[in-house]
Amino acid sequence: MLLREGNIRIPSGCAISGIMNKKGLLFSGDDIVKSIALMHERSNGLGGGFAAYGIYPEYKDLYAFHVFYHHSGAKEDAETFLKKHFEIKLSGEIPTRKVPSIKDAPIIWRYFVLPREDKLMEWGLTEEEFVVRCVMRINSSIDGAFVVSSGKNMGVFKGVGYPEDIGEFYMLDTYKAYIWTAHGRFPTNTPGWWGGAHPFTLLDWSVVHNGEISSYDANRRWVEMFGYKCTLQTDTEVITYIFDLLIRRHGLPLDIVVTALAAPLWDEIERMDDERQELVKAIRAVYGSTLINGPFSIILACKNGILALNDRIKLRPMVAATKGDFVFVASEESAIRAVCPQPERVWAPMGGEPVIALLEGVEDIWP
Amino acid sequence: MAISLLTPEFIIERNDERCIRCQVCVRQCANLAHIYDEEEDRVLADDSKCVNCHRCVTLCPTRAITIRKNPLEFKENANWTASAIREIYKQAETGGILLTGMGNDKPYPVYWDRMLINASQVTNPSIDPLREPMELKTFLGRKPEMLKVENGKLKEKLPPQLELEVPIMFSAMSFGSISFNACQALAMAASELGIMYNTGEGGLHKDLRKYGKNTIVQVASGRFGVDPEYLNAGAAIEIKIGQGAKPGIGGHLPGEKVTAQISQTRMIPLGSDAISPAPHHDIYSIEDLRQLIFSLKEATDYQKPVAVKIAAVHNVAAICSGIARAGADIIVIDGFRGGTGAAPLRIRDNVGIPIEFALAAVDTRLRQEGIRSQVSLVCAGGIRNSADVIKAIALGADAVYIGQAALIAMGCHMCQKCYTGKCNWGIATQDPNLVKRLNPEIGARRLVNLIKAWAHEMKEMLGGMGINAIESLRGNRFMLRGIGLTSRELDILGIKAAGE
Repeated sequence: MLLREGNIRIPSGCAISGIMNKKGLLFSGDDIVKSIALMHERSNGLGGGFAAYGIYPEYKDLYAFHVFYHHSGAKEDAETFLKKHFEIKLSGEIPTRKVPSIKDAPIIWRYFVLPREDKLMEWGLTEEEFVVRCVMRINSSIDGAFVVSSGKNMGVFKGVGYPEDIGEFYMLDTYKAYIWTAHGRFPTNTPGWWGGAHPFTLLDWSVVHNGEISSYDANRRWVEMFGYKCTLQTDTEVITYIFDLLIRRHGLPLDIVVTALAAPLWDEIERMDDERQELVKAIRAVYGSTLINGPFSIILACKNGILALNDRIKLRPMVAATKGDFVFVASEESAIRAVCPQPERVWAPMGGEPVIALLEGVEDIWP
Repeated sequence: MAISLLTPEFIIERNDERCIRCQVCVRQCANLAHIYDEEEDRVLADDSKCVNCHRCVTLCPTRAITIRKNPLEFKENANWTASAIREIYKQAETGGILLTGMGNDKPYPVYWDRMLINASQVTNPSIDPLREPMELKTFLGRKPEMLKVENGKLKEKLPPQLELEVPIMFSAMSFGSISFNACQALAMAASELGIMYNTGEGGLHKDLRKYGKNTIVQVASGRFGVDPEYLNAGAAIEIKIGQGAKPGIGGHLPGEKVTAQISQTRMIPLGSDAISPAPHHDIYSIEDLRQLIFSLKEATDYQKPVAVKIAAVHNVAAICSGIARAGADIIVIDGFRGGTGAAPLRIRDNVGIPIEFALAAVDTRLRQEGIRSQVSLVCAGGIRNSADVIKAIALGADAVYIGQAALIAMGCHMCQKCYTGKCNWGIATQDPNLVKRLNPEIGARRLVNLIKAWAHEMKEMLGGMGINAIESLRGNRFMLRGIGLTSRELDILGIKAAGE
């Protein structure tokens, strides 16, 4: 029997794409679907997905939970848990279209919730930390239930299929967002599990990733010391946790986080001035286990903006472009030109050189 | 005295046609196994004195000498093996504890040889170290749980760190257990390589103080040679609680080895026995260890990392957790194959556990407690080659110590007679005529070659795994698979079986 994701580590190749409007202008999902569809050959129909920011303006202060249920018993268990820990303001099935190539879809539900005050008091946690723990509890202990996304005013739409079919299935043309990211997956195994598709999320964070990192177990065992549980055994999951830990919990500025994840080489560090050298040495000494080694290109998104990053010796493709208030990042330039034929600037970022796009008026990617 | 029942362990064979009577063997053998008969103009041999150190074999200009295991066999007996019988003869003749040198040589499983390393194929690329940078730099010392950065600057400086160019150091070997020339070779090599050597409990000879940047000074139960100047002379301090070759046992340097130089360096009277008690008499519990750690930090103004070295014993994981919490910056675990200048045979061969298990258990435990990232972990005891180093780091070590491998690089032939003081290779001896056989420059060159060769091999293996910095291998147990291990053993090592 084939093991489901989480019981086995499945390496994948991928396509990624991201589009953002820096003024926060909302636009439909048509472009992102068109962009990722162009890279059809980079995925194999075993996983596709999208993250969208700004889609629920009327509920922007509520946590939007997108949840997969593989059987109705799981839904009952999860809802019992949710009711115990959250006030559910609104819930319902996520609307979908019939698409011939999309099969075996789970029950896909959405909840707009707030943590219950009494539970927050009881657990003595911040709201965010409480949500993180609850999501991890559901994903690791309720069989057949999987929280796909849990941020505010954002959501993830993913499944088993080619990304363009997944987009059609979820009717992304009917949603409007100021950040869209997309992922087409080429896994080397056929688990056919919807939860295993990407993006991976935590709170507002979502990550799409192309690559197979060689440092996986070093990264995993390090973040697990800080209370994260890597239930899916995927690179994307562990990368998301590293970002969450370093940015949200350790309060490090984004440039420091980038320095940890795609650290400069020692011969480069030796050429830095003394103060910078001391800082970078300290980052490599303390956060050595967060160095992501091996090929990757990732797009991290959150409500404030996006960060696109390559591994430090650029073993995976990634191209960026801008036009007006729009920023584009994709595995291939063609995927950008498919939706923006005449960008003002197109460039291939160097290994370890971040592309950061923030909403106007925002100082850092967090909070 | 009655005749000895012991028969020679080895036979010296001399090809008389090749022998030119140059008597190099006679002059070279400190055990006096070769004798020149002037009347007959022949070189004879006393097999019973031969320890099979290969000194004569290597130096004989005509390659006339061969040493063989004595084929004389006892009646076959799976229980009463030759060594079991010989050991009884020895004790019946002397009434003493059996002594031995170097590490446990019994056929216990070598778990390094039951772990296999991964390599990249298709889904991610291997990296060619000849074309791409491959980084081995490692920092040892206490790390804060998180960094605080303000306006692009470090808000708090890091605690003191050892910066190693290669995650390999030379284990503690005292001046006394080994010769001055051997100490000097280790110091010179460490300095050239950007790594550390360790004084052991022998004090620090004044001529070696210039290598301080690459020296770890040891404080053990005898406190030999310890004063404020000594503590501040090195880059780090190591408290030795135990040693893999002889857990729970102290040390004893007999008075005849306490020469003028050693007496001065250890700060003890000439010719007096140097006895290191089994426990530190100011450490009877973990809170006492904490006091010693902080006394040493006070004495060095918190400028030096403090390491604590223990032997790998049954409850090693809990002990190391305690050591981390007691304030140690670096924990050193020494496995049961670790070497020594002298140890009681029964202790060496029966006490302690394999370093592979100890290391895996400690790393796992410290991670479960969320404190692994704060303390550095060094493993020692029987590391034989670069693959062992890679496997140790993948299991969770920050760096390794090598002792026996370093001695072999300097010429040691593993005859295990270090405790006799008659080392023909000038390493484990204080006899000036033997010591001068080891040229410190040549010794250092051989050590540098060895570490450079291992570093090259490590880079090749890292590149194969698709990793270009050693920190991404640390604790990366996915890179290992077990072969021929029980599921219990796999669990303890925290690795999967080959094929999984």
